[in-house]
Amino acid sequence: MIEVENLTKKFGTKTAVDHLSFSVRKGEVLGFLGPNGAGKSTTMRMVTGFLPPTHGEARICGISVIDRPAEAKSRVGYLPESAPLYNDMTVIGFLRFVADIRRLSGAAKREAVERVIDTCFLQSVAHQSIDTLSKGYRHRTCLAQSLLHDPEVLILDEPTDGLDPNQKHEVRQLIRRLGETKAILFSTHILEEVEAACSRAVIVDRGKIVVDGTPSELVEKSGTGSLTDLFRQVTTRDTEETADAA
Amino acid sequence: MKNVWTVFKRELNSYFTQPIAYAIIIIFLLLAMVFTFTLGNFIEAGDASLTYSFFLYLPFSLMILVPAVGMRLWSEELRTGTIELIGTYPISLWSVILGKFKAAATVWLVAIALTFPIWITVNWLGEPDNMAILSGYIGAFLLACTYLAITLLVSAFTRDQVVALIVSAFLIIVVTLATFGPFVQTWAIIFPTPVKDAITAIGPWDHFLSLARGAFRLQDFVWFLSVILACLLGTSAILSAKRA
Repeated sequence: MIEVENLTKKFGTKTAVDHLSFSVRKGEVLGFLGPNGAGKSTTMRMVTGFLPPTHGEARICGISVIDRPAEAKSRVGYLPESAPLYNDMTVIGFLRFVADIRRLSGAAKREAVERVIDTCFLQSVAHQSIDTLSKGYRHRTCLAQSLLHDPEVLILDEPTDGLDPNQKHEVRQLIRRLGETKAILFSTHILEEVEAACSRAVIVDRGKIVVDGTPSELVEKSGTGSLTDLFRQVTTRDTEETADAA
Repeated sequence: MKNVWTVFKRELNSYFTQPIAYAIIIIFLLLAMVFTFTLGNFIEAGDASLTYSFFLYLPFSLMILVPAVGMRLWSEELRTGTIELIGTYPISLWSVILGKFKAAATVWLVAIALTFPIWITVNWLGEPDNMAILSGYIGAFLLACTYLAITLLVSAFTRDQVVALIVSAFLIIVVTLATFGPFVQTWAIIFPTPVKDAITAIGPWDHFLSLARGAFRLQDFVWFLSVILACLLGTSAILSAKRA
């Protein structure tokens, strides 16, 4: 469902993503791990068609994001890292706007909006202006817009960031459930989340994949039974990077 | 086309659910009336026309107020990151640009249309050439759209609305005043006639004034529409280049 081949992004002389290749099949939840600045968000932005890659190819359901962007984009739901929203709209107004863009109309539009409001527990704030929402609700509203057209592929950039433990739990459950019928790529800093929600995980460092496997394989690789230890072994700390440069 | 309409609706709603459109329209109407009855000498002139009493002063209020309407169009998307949503929806950048432009242009259509009491007054006091007045109104709307297109282009460069406002207002004031009467007389002294003529042909003043006088010249329409189109295409180029 998601196929990424030799995807590369250079910003000037800096290589943010370096010949990255991976794929996510239907029914699979791929956890995308890595330190800040490893290239996780940049990869996601290329796969969703927001950033054009310097080299390489990303395909959604076999459709090239570069050659046929509109078709590929219509099959993806995307939650960007900062959960951006139009602050001057109400939650329901915003979801209706996205439904229009997703070419939903009439009963289908009404049902889709009701469904995502239910799924993301937004009933109590549906008619509230977005700029008055708490961080948790903002995040869930943005998650709701990614689910509106019931996409085959979901790309979620830190979907549990800034949520309280209850909300984190709910979102993980949701990802697990959705993952049964969709292909999901999601990034996170929280290593327990890998075991809680992923069927497979990769660790990215400096734009390259350094570890790839199922959560239990990853735990095995660590030698100590702790994902944190593995993470610290294979990734570069930003303090080291500065030392290199000096 | 449907996507343009969807974006247009959202943007227009956003103008009228917040105080911005109302504030700007009211200030515009006040300024238009103040200029007409003071500098424009509307009553004393005893002239049943709006060219030199009303239309002549419109560019001065539009120069500042149009950028105030347009400044948020892209800056806000860049600042809040919603451009990342728009950029991953299956709609073209061009339809977003058109939708935004049309929504802001509609605010100005409303603002300019609300000056209608002056048209009623001039018809009540005398017998003006209403076709010339219509031509003037079209000119005023095209001028507002041109300023708006420049503002839209500037706002694509920055995530800061204040910067977008100041830079676009500055550009608009420069290109407009460069072709304003007193300055043109200066150019006539400094430069040879062909250069002076070229400067006046490039700026908006002459094209606006000819419409305000009721001259329906094709070249003026071509001038306004090509500047607008160039700015919209420029906006599209800037936004695409930013992502590469």
